[in-house]
Amino acid sequence: MRIVIIDDSGLRATVLEDGLREAGYDDIHIVPPRGGFVARLERMAPDVVLMDLGSPSRDTLEEMLSVSRALARPIAMFVDQSDEAMIGAAIDAGVSAYVVDGLRKERVKPVLELAVRRFNAFARLQSELDDARTALSDRKIIDRAKSILMSQRGLTEPDAYALLRSSAMNQGKKIVDVAQALITASDLLGGGL
Amino acid sequence: MTTSLRIAYLPLTDSAVLAVAREKGFAEEEGIALDLVRTVSWATLRDRLIFGQVQGAHMLAPLAIAVTLGLSQQPAPLAAPYKLNVNGNMLVMAREFAQALEPDIAARLDDPLGTAHDFATAIGLWKRKPVIGVVHRFSSHAIMLRYWLASAGVDPDRDVLLRVVPPSLTVEAMRAGEIDGFIAGEPWGSAAVDADLAEAVAIGERIWRRGVEKVLAFRTPWLEENPQAVDALIRALVRAAAWCDERENHEALAHLLSQPHFVDQPADLIARALSGRIVARTGMPPLDMPDFMLFSREATPFPWRSQALWLYSQLVRWKMVEHTPENAAKAASVFRPDIFRRALAESNVPIPGASMKVEGAVGQPLAVGSKRGELTLGPDRFFDGRVFDPERFDDFLASF
Repeated sequence: MRIVIIDDSGLRATVLEDGLREAGYDDIHIVPPRGGFVARLERMAPDVVLMDLGSPSRDTLEEMLSVSRALARPIAMFVDQSDEAMIGAAIDAGVSAYVVDGLRKERVKPVLELAVRRFNAFARLQSELDDARTALSDRKIIDRAKSILMSQRGLTEPDAYALLRSSAMNQGKKIVDVAQALITASDLLGGGL
Repeated sequence: MTTSLRIAYLPLTDSAVLAVAREKGFAEEEGIALDLVRTVSWATLRDRLIFGQVQGAHMLAPLAIAVTLGLSQQPAPLAAPYKLNVNGNMLVMAREFAQALEPDIAARLDDPLGTAHDFATAIGLWKRKPVIGVVHRFSSHAIMLRYWLASAGVDPDRDVLLRVVPPSLTVEAMRAGEIDGFIAGEPWGSAAVDADLAEAVAIGERIWRRGVEKVLAFRTPWLEENPQAVDALIRALVRAAAWCDERENHEALAHLLSQPHFVDQPADLIARALSGRIVARTGMPPLDMPDFMLFSREATPFPWRSQALWLYSQLVRWKMVEHTPENAAKAASVFRPDIFRRALAESNVPIPGASMKVEGAVGQPLAVGSKRGELTLGPDRFFDGRVFDPERFDDFLASF
């Protein structure tokens, strides 16, 4: 079964491709939705097309599927239109699937389910990565505020941290916000480090 | 009590009324917490609506009809009780293609029939078929382009190549030489002119002076089950639309729409369609087109059933659907003037007394019967002088 993944994000497409290979599918191609991707797709004659729902080129693909002579008529999108839960999950995950020949839907459903799981995992990975980045930059801000307090008030590091923490608690704010305010104030007063 | 509504939209200038209803508090005043869901393809917007992930959508009017008739991927009955705008499209072509046309660009835009004939003649001079981008098969843009081409004997399915290009990728596709021109909603035509990739060839408003563009579409069963939410939203949109049409608000509106979560294009580019000052060629002073895009005046939001039928007539004409009495009835029923009237029954907004009119019959501003207040309809002529009388549907079809 030939599967084409249309995706702009190299990483997400790779994550999906790996999953499909693990599941025993081996005829997989990744096509970015740019330029003459429709002609390329036609030459490949895929059985299933998986596409990122966030791609503006979905309309172009659908137009091709409805007029193309090289590819057979599109059979279904999201595989089985009666399976609303699956469709909802697919839309939430940001994946749409097109079956472009007479494949039975039982054969395609596992592909779509796997794609949904992979897309979700990718989204989680991305948000964890974002969180990690935020955490890292938060720590840098807090460290800088601590060093301002240490040099200007002669505090030890644990005391500087305790002061930030108690100020944050008193003001009902996050430590990082208090630290940022301190850095800003210190910069304004010309006493920054 | 506050009702939450999720409405999907595409980042285009004609999503303005929805943006304003939310950002200027009109929705909130009607007790609606409006959540606008940005999408980038009509297919995704359609799916989100049909599968209930949003309650309503900023939709191409012909697409709402096509989905109802089962012509789209996911058939479902849709209802459009409100038109978000009329007009607002522009056809632009690369310089080397536009060179074969009338060089006086104001004269060119004023005479779509002459321009269509010039274009038809020029097709024969080129070594290949021109490739023209449209935003969707079931778009007013594609229908308008087909109507315009056919007026000069050009067969849009044989003599040119129509390619579907999403609005946000039109400029990139021009730059890459994948298309020779395109017809799209603003600000994309202006963006291509600004990038010096294209110049204006035709303006939607000069082809059909009051051409139907986007509608607010709901799933029909949902619409029937939620009359209070629908009515409140329509009232909020009517007020937002009036705000959008005010000249003194255009600058603020352009600025609002320029934000990344709306159109994400420069405010001065967006302002052109709003104020009707269109730059048709790089470096030229803007041309005044006061009716370039309407949101409110002349009962713009009123969903005339005759307009749904006109769109349907064009789908039949291009063999996208077979004409049967059932299909015609289904298409007409997509537009819901009854809901519009119900929502505004207690207001003092002037509402047309009729639900159908003869399209293309008004040459000069015309005062018409209204439930209350004064209502004037603007000129709604087609450039070829045709008139669409919904009572004589078959005669109209036979005239092509």
